[in-house]
Amino acid sequence: MSLLELDDVHVAYGRIQALRGITLRVEEGQIVALIGANGAGKTTTMRAISGILGLQSGSMRFDGQDLTAIRADLRVVRGISQVPEGRGIFPGMTVAENIDMGAFVRKDRRSAQFDADLARVYELFPRLAERRSQVGGTLSGGEQQMLAIGRALMARPRLLLLDEPSMGLAPQFIAQIFRVIEEINAEGTTVLLVEQNATQALGLAHEAYVLETGEVTRSGTGAELLADPTIQDAYLGVT
Amino acid sequence: MPAGGGRPTPPQERVISPVLGLAVLDPAVLDPAVLAPLVAPSEPWINFDVGLLVDRFWANTINGLAYGSIYALVALGYTLVYGVLQLINFAHSEIFILGVFGVYLTFLALGFEPGAIPDLPLGFIIVDLILAGLVAMVVSGLAAVLLERTAYRPLRRRRAPRLAFLITAIGASFVLQQLIRIWRGSNPEGTIRLLPPTPVFEIFGAPVTNLQILIFVASLAMFVVADTFVNRTRLGRGIRAVAQDPDTATLMGVNRERVITITFLVGGLLAGVAGLFYLMTIPQGAVYNGGFLLGIKAFTAAVLGGIGNLRGALLGGLILGVAENYGQSLFGGDWRDVVAFVLLVVVLMFRPTGILGESLARSRA
Repeated sequence: MSLLELDDVHVAYGRIQALRGITLRVEEGQIVALIGANGAGKTTTMRAISGILGLQSGSMRFDGQDLTAIRADLRVVRGISQVPEGRGIFPGMTVAENIDMGAFVRKDRRSAQFDADLARVYELFPRLAERRSQVGGTLSGGEQQMLAIGRALMARPRLLLLDEPSMGLAPQFIAQIFRVIEEINAEGTTVLLVEQNATQALGLAHEAYVLETGEVTRSGTGAELLADPTIQDAYLGVT
Repeated sequence: MPAGGGRPTPPQERVISPVLGLAVLDPAVLDPAVLAPLVAPSEPWINFDVGLLVDRFWANTINGLAYGSIYALVALGYTLVYGVLQLINFAHSEIFILGVFGVYLTFLALGFEPGAIPDLPLGFIIVDLILAGLVAMVVSGLAAVLLERTAYRPLRRRRAPRLAFLITAIGASFVLQQLIRIWRGSNPEGTIRLLPPTPVFEIFGAPVTNLQILIFVASLAMFVVADTFVNRTRLGRGIRAVAQDPDTATLMGVNRERVITITFLVGGLLAGVAGLFYLMTIPQGAVYNGGFLLGIKAFTAAVLGGIGNLRGALLGGLILGVAENYGQSLFGGDWRDVVAFVLLVVVLMFRPTGILGESLARSRA
C-alpha cells in the first residue's frame, strides 16, 4: 500500500476540465515529483489532495483511508501539510505567528517535542529566526518560501506537498530550498513536489510523473525521466 | 438598515429632552441658539454659531465620546464580518436593535413599568442592568449566528457572487425589521430608565455623568477584550488567518465555517452590549426601525477608521460621536447627520482606506 494513492481523479472548474483521470502513487519515504507545463494540472492536483478543490470523480486514499471523506481542514490532522503555490504567507502576521499557524491543529504546544520542532525550523532557516517579529508581507520571495516550508513542517506532516517552491527565487535560494527538501525527506517525511524547474526536481525525485493537459503522460524514476530525450526536449531545456 | 417614517430622532432630543435630566444642568439649553428651533420656525436653514461650538466644546466632547462608544461597539461587528467575508452585513443594525429589545423586555420581565422611575438601591439596579445586558448579548449573538446560517451560508454553499450577499444582507435587514414591527408594533416602547444620569464631576465646566463614564469605560473594556481575543487567542488567530488568506487558513487546519460562525457571534455579543448602553442613553429608543440610523452611523464609523480594522472601528466610532456633536452646535441640530456623512466623504477623499487604513487582513497583531 502506498502512502498516497490517486485513482482516475477528475476535477473541473465549472465547465473547464482541469484533471482528466489522474492516477498516481506516492510511496512512504520517497520524494515524488510532478512536472509539466503551465496549466497542465499540477497545482490542481495538489489542491485536490489538500481538499481545497473537490473531486468530480475518482478516488484518493491516504494511508489506506478514503481521503475524500475527510474535510479539508482535517486533512492536516491526518498528516498532509501543504506549501501552497505562491506561498500563502499571512501578510499581516509576523514570522513567528505564521510559523505558529502551521501548528494550529497541534495539541502538544507545551511539550518538548513542540519546542524541538520549532527549534528545528529556525535551525533549517536561520534567516527566519532573525526576522521572527517581522510581518510576513514584508519578507522577500525567498524568505517567504522558507517561511511557508517552515510553517508546513510545524504540523509534523507525514506527507509534505510542495507547490513550486522554486518559483521566482534567486538561484542561491533555490539551491538552499532543494537542499532542505532533501534533508526533510532524509528525516522521514514523504514529499510530493510540483515543479516547473524540472531538472532539479527530477534530480531529487525517486519517482516522477509528467502531466499534460490534465493527464499523466509519463512516469518513471527521476533518473529515467532525466535521461529520456523526449522529456529533455520538452521540459529540461536541453537541445 | 432601511428607513421608516415616524421615527424619533433620539440623538437630537438627547440634548434638550427633559427626560434626560442632563438638560436641566446644561447651561447651553438656555442658549437662544438651541431653543430657537423650538420656538421660531423661521430659523435660518443653517447656522454658523462658532460661539456655541466653543461654549459647548467640552460638553460635546464628553457626550460624543460616550455616544461614540456605542457606535464603536456596533462598528466592531461590521468590521469583523467584513474582515472575514468581505461582506457589509447590513442586517447588523437589526441585530443591534434586537439587543435593544432584549434589554427592554428584560426590564419588563423584572417588573419595571414604562414611565416609572424605580427607586431601588444601586446594587439592585446594577444587577438588573447586568442581567439585561447579558440577555441582550444572548439575543443579539444568537440572532447574528442564525442570520449567518439562514441567509449567508446557503449562498456560500452555492458559491454565489458577492452582489447576491449584499442584496441578501439588505433583504435580511428588511425582514428582521418588519418582523419586529409585526411583533411589537410601530410605536416606540415606553421609556424605562433604571439609572438616571447624574453628574459626577466636571471637566472645564462640563458635567460628566455616571452614565457617560460607565458607557465609555465599559465599551473600552469590551474593545480590549475583543482585540485580545482576535490577536492573542488561538481562535482569534484562526479568524485573522481566514481574513488574510482563507484557502491557506484551511490548509493550516482552520475550519472556515466555524470561524465565520464565531465572528458573527462576537459581533452580535458586542451589538447586544451596545443595545444596553443605547437604551440607557435613549430610553425611548426601543422601536422596530431604531437600528437603522445607528447602524448606518456605526458602519460609517467602521469605514472612517478603516474597515476590517478593530482599532479603526473604535477610533472611527469615537471621532464620529464627537464630530457630529460639534457639527450640531456649529450648524444646528438638523445638520448633525449631514456632518457625520460629510466627514466620511472628506476622510475617504484623502484616505480611501480610512484613517487607520489597513484592513484586519493587513493589520498587525
